[in-house]
Amino acid sequence: MLLIHCPYCAEERPEIEFRHAGEAHIARPDAMADLSEEAFQGYFFIRDNRKGEVFERWRHIHGCGRFFNAVRNTITDKFLATYEAGKPKPDLDALKAQKGTSA
Amino acid sequence: MDSPVGMERIHPLQNRRGASAHVGLTPAPPAIRIALRAGGDALSALSMAIGLDLPRAPKTAVVNGDGDRSVLWLGPDEWLLIDDGENGEAADLLARLAETGVLHSAVDVSHRNTAIMVTGEAAASVLAAGCPQDLSLKAFPVNACSRTVLGKIEVVIWRMADDMFRVECWRSFSDYAFAFLSEAAKDVR
Amino acid sequence: MSAPHRMTSGANRVAGAGRLTPARTARFTFDGKQLTALEGDTLASALLANGIHLMGRSFKYHRPRGVLSAGAEEPNALMGVSRDAARYQPNVRASVQEVFDGMRANSQNRWPSLAFDVGAVNDALSPFLAAGFYYKTFMWPRAAWERLYEPNIRAAAGLGVAPTEPDPDRYASRYAHCDVLVVGGGVAGLSAALAAAESGVSVILCDEQAEMGGALHHEVGISINGEDGFEWAQKTARRLAFMDNVEVLTRTTAFGYYAQNFVGLTERVTDHLASPRSDQPRERLWQVRARRVILATGAIERHMVFPDNDRPGIMLASAARTFLNHYGVAVGSKVGVYAACDSAYEAAFDLKRAGIEIPVIVDTRDGPGEGLLSAAADLGIEVLTRHGVIATGGRLRVSSIRVRPIGSSDGGRKIAVDALIMSAGWTPAIHLFSQSRGKVTWDAENSRFLPGAYAQDCLSIGACNGTAGLQEIVEEALASGELMARATGAEDVPKLSVAVESRAEGRSQWTSGMAGAGEGAGADSAAKAFVDFQNDVTAKDIRLAVREGMHSIEHVKRFTTNGMATDQGKTSNMHGLAIAAETLGKSIPEVGLTTFRAPYTPVTFGAIVGHSRGALFDPVRKTALHECWETNGAIFEDVGQWKRAWYFPRVGEDMHQAVARECRTVRETAGLFDASTLGKIEVVGPDAAKFLDLMYTNAWSSLAPGRSKYGVMLREDGYIYDDGVVGRLAEDRFHVTTTTGGAPRVLHHMEDYLQTEFPDLDVWLTSITEQWAVIAVQGPKAREIIAPFVEGIDMSDEAMPHMSVREGVICGVPTRLFRMSFTGERGFEVNVPADYARSVFEALWERAEAMGACLYGTETMHVLRAEKGYIIVGQDTDGTVTPHDAGLSWAISKKKPDFVGIAGLRRSDLVRTDRKQLVGLTTKDPRIVLDEGAQIVADPNEKIPMTMLGHVTSSYWSDNCGRSIALAVVAGGRERIGQTLYVPMPDRTIEVEVTSTVFFDKEGGRLNG
Ligand SMILES: [Zn+2]
Repeated sequence: MLLIHCPYCAEERPEIEFRHAGEAHIARPDAMADLSEEAFQGYFFIRDNRKGEVFERWRHIHGCGRFFNAVRNTITDKFLATYEAGKPKPDLDALKAQKGTSA
Repeated sequence: MDSPVGMERIHPLQNRRGASAHVGLTPAPPAIRIALRAGGDALSALSMAIGLDLPRAPKTAVVNGDGDRSVLWLGPDEWLLIDDGENGEAADLLARLAETGVLHSAVDVSHRNTAIMVTGEAAASVLAAGCPQDLSLKAFPVNACSRTVLGKIEVVIWRMADDMFRVECWRSFSDYAFAFLSEAAKDVR
Repeated sequence: MSAPHRMTSGANRVAGAGRLTPARTARFTFDGKQLTALEGDTLASALLANGIHLMGRSFKYHRPRGVLSAGAEEPNALMGVSRDAARYQPNVRASVQEVFDGMRANSQNRWPSLAFDVGAVNDALSPFLAAGFYYKTFMWPRAAWERLYEPNIRAAAGLGVAPTEPDPDRYASRYAHCDVLVVGGGVAGLSAALAAAESGVSVILCDEQAEMGGALHHEVGISINGEDGFEWAQKTARRLAFMDNVEVLTRTTAFGYYAQNFVGLTERVTDHLASPRSDQPRERLWQVRARRVILATGAIERHMVFPDNDRPGIMLASAARTFLNHYGVAVGSKVGVYAACDSAYEAAFDLKRAGIEIPVIVDTRDGPGEGLLSAAADLGIEVLTRHGVIATGGRLRVSSIRVRPIGSSDGGRKIAVDALIMSAGWTPAIHLFSQSRGKVTWDAENSRFLPGAYAQDCLSIGACNGTAGLQEIVEEALASGELMARATGAEDVPKLSVAVESRAEGRSQWTSGMAGAGEGAGADSAAKAFVDFQNDVTAKDIRLAVREGMHSIEHVKRFTTNGMATDQGKTSNMHGLAIAAETLGKSIPEVGLTTFRAPYTPVTFGAIVGHSRGALFDPVRKTALHECWETNGAIFEDVGQWKRAWYFPRVGEDMHQAVARECRTVRETAGLFDASTLGKIEVVGPDAAKFLDLMYTNAWSSLAPGRSKYGVMLREDGYIYDDGVVGRLAEDRFHVTTTTGGAPRVLHHMEDYLQTEFPDLDVWLTSITEQWAVIAVQGPKAREIIAPFVEGIDMSDEAMPHMSVREGVICGVPTRLFRMSFTGERGFEVNVPADYARSVFEALWERAEAMGACLYGTETMHVLRAEKGYIIVGQDTDGTVTPHDAGLSWAISKKKPDFVGIAGLRRSDLVRTDRKQLVGLTTKDPRIVLDEGAQIVADPNEKIPMTMLGHVTSSYWSDNCGRSIALAVVAGGRERIGQTLYVPMPDRTIEVEVTSTVFFDKEGGRLNG
């Protein structure tokens, strides 16, 4: 069971308090009603599913209830960062460099 | 909302008692509970209305001087107010909150939840049978509170004293919670 | 110490040897035979004490086997152990299981008896059962696999039999958090734990054995802080156990090392007790989150790989030493020794000193460590260096060995023995380190893998880290304990010192040894030289695998099954690897090590399940009205975790009759129904309507306070996600209802949009599902029933029309009173705070019953709503149904610029006119009730596979219609109304007519009737 740092509770909590919620930083288009079928496909169905560092959403569903974002490596399962929903995507290289030196 | 008259509340854990040499399990008396939601701007007005400073620090509960009303931080804009109901109805509190005029949501959940008091030297160990959080006094001191997991259900755990926890859960899960804690209580030394 | 105790607890007890108390005996049976053990014996030591070496039959060839080890690595001596009829555990390692008074043990994998086993014919057939035979021999004919091959292979090859009775024991679980977890309670683990504990940090120390001490179980002649090593270990364990900041767990195996220092431990609480207390769990699962982990898991001795190395009586040198020094048991009276490592000499010396004859030490090397030859000579033991054991004799127990110089080709010299002890060297137990995703490194000098780069906050110390020499181990352990204590915040870390002295110190070279096949088991040999005892894998099998093209160790492993048994190859992996490497002409690190996986040793299902059995398997949710329904004779059905009243049979009624009566009574008079399980969400804030406009297809901003509306919720892809009635209590307050099953996911879905897509909206969501109990009162007399109890609400049709909501008082308690209907009748849903529900129900029911109303359950609810064509999300929809498909186009607002699903709904595939649409079906024969899920076709004579147009989603007998009714999704269904279609069933084809979805009161007049 992973430990996940909730940016709202400001501490690490056991994974079973959380629920994974898919890829992060996919904004819902403003003009939904006018969205082309292809654009809808890209927005709703197509995901990167990368191997390595991914930006993903989690919800502290059995805790503070908040959705937040995380950077996790899908090979090592290690979190590089978690941050509040709505905050900009952190710089991946900087994060990796920072983790590399502190580890 | 008019005040309820003439009807006793029937506790979902009516007549349930559980204990071992090291731990006691007791259904908490019926209480007024309000799910309070608000942004930072509204907190001082709301605090004034309930006579308690809404805690802003995660995992924290505050209790008033008489010990009959408390507010538990559950999320960055979410609190659970628990009042023993001796001095009025839920409706009175809701009305007082409404009078503040500040942006918030107050919803009566008095009957949604029920609570079990877990007491005694082994209280934390009993909870640790199903709660994955670190419940040591260092990590979870007196008046720490948190929504979390107990076995297969969601609960709110509040440490009221070194050896006393209040476990709040939704009423239909209280059978499970009580049975789980009773089972776990058999396994504490 | 004397003859009497030998008599009672086994002829092979050695007077004065071992640490057990002669006076404390325990009776047990083995294959029905009454035997006596001493308290503290393992099954293996007790059997050996009684002269029993034959303990099992091997997996594939059914060869006679004895015990190989004295620990968790045991591959051979697996038994069924029972306490009583219901408490039976197969595949128990006799070297681990402690004997308790009254225990029954049975050998496995043999018929009719252990000594004479028909299955041993497999041994003679072994040329046909070589590695990979599963994949080759039984390929054809294919049909024979299921009928012939598999059942026979399964019967012939296998381990124990699963018990048939339910497990009567309890299992406990515990989450634990500590600063430092120390795995392994040998000298290293104890020292590390002590160093960490003395600094005040919280420590958990666990060890799989009954007592701490690790290698001190067999390693005598060691003094620590001036006392006997094993005694020091017990004292240290007691000292630790007394400390408030320490948890000491014996009989506790760390079986899995997961991410972020999450380690699973199983503690065997009662398996060693003759009469456990009823409140004791059999096992306790510890899920430990440690800030730091210290691995002190020791090393595992390897056997020698030589022809017929599996006869009973052939065992690891360390095992023989443990049996003697700890259990006081001689494993033989004439014990040969086969060594490629010095530690076997120490075993030989201990045995010799105890009066056991040691006819020979056969050493494959040029010579052992310094001083050992002269020590052997002093004890009068013959040592043959550069020799190998090339054969063994004896049927059910080894009776002789044949030895010859390495490289010679003569027949060798035969030496009579009744046991052979062996050591090829020691394999560091890096299993948990490897599980932690640490990278191993190859120690070429000593031919072993050691912990390399760490992936987690842990340290390996002692033998599992390759550290040799007691002094070095102790210093390393103390330093690691101090380091980990500091790392977890200890400031005041005392400097401890532990003084050690060893009789063997400086003489033996512990790190030497060999891996791979020995003399007589080379590439040209056809002998059975076992590498993996548990899966019957020989050196030859591994060479065959390489020849057949398996060049990766992972492939070799799977082809031969080497290391894939429940012992996970603790003794065999290195040998298998060495033989594969040699055959491939590569070095061992080039071939690589297979990955170790959890669990380290088998874990019972009970331990994993823990408390979650019986009533605690899954929460059973009951509504606040449950007891009311129980009192009134309800039959309940499970709806998710909820218990819902299904129907209320009266005396003499079956379900069909009860439901028919309930359906009639509701339409004729009235009925009361528990709607409490429906999800409820209070949506509060100035932007509440705006938010609901986005979440539902309907328009909410225009809904007046006091009114309610049926809402349809979509996913972004345009399919129906949920539905329910939403009432507006005030400008800024809505009472939303969801389906019973949808309640949690709808709230999650709404929170998701609110928090991440529309965070600027001023609105909050609160689950009130369980705040309000809901009594639905439906039927022409509904208003008359509740009116006398209601205060402050004008319930006239003018003041409170269909689809209204009012707040007021009923029976003196607050209510949210909805005028709504899921039956097509005039109806109300009385919401009251749950703790008052029973009192309110009793008041209403007393009056309702007197007026001729009934109680009804979910079955009647289903029938009544189907008569009206009201859908149930999840029954009539399946996640691929749009509102258009379901006939709910009217619920989609045309004016809104946006709502969740607006784009998905416009996709070309979702607007096709030939999509499956919800329609009604009536059978031509009104008595036939269709099967839900039955397929629908246009041409009953079409050849299979037929063109299926859709399927039946709901089907009931409707007493109110006097016929059966059904709902179905049918391709282009609305265009087909009036057509005849067919429902092919196994025994007949049923003719149906496509109809509208409304079967009863098509005009809807009864809502105000
Ligand atoms: Zn949180």
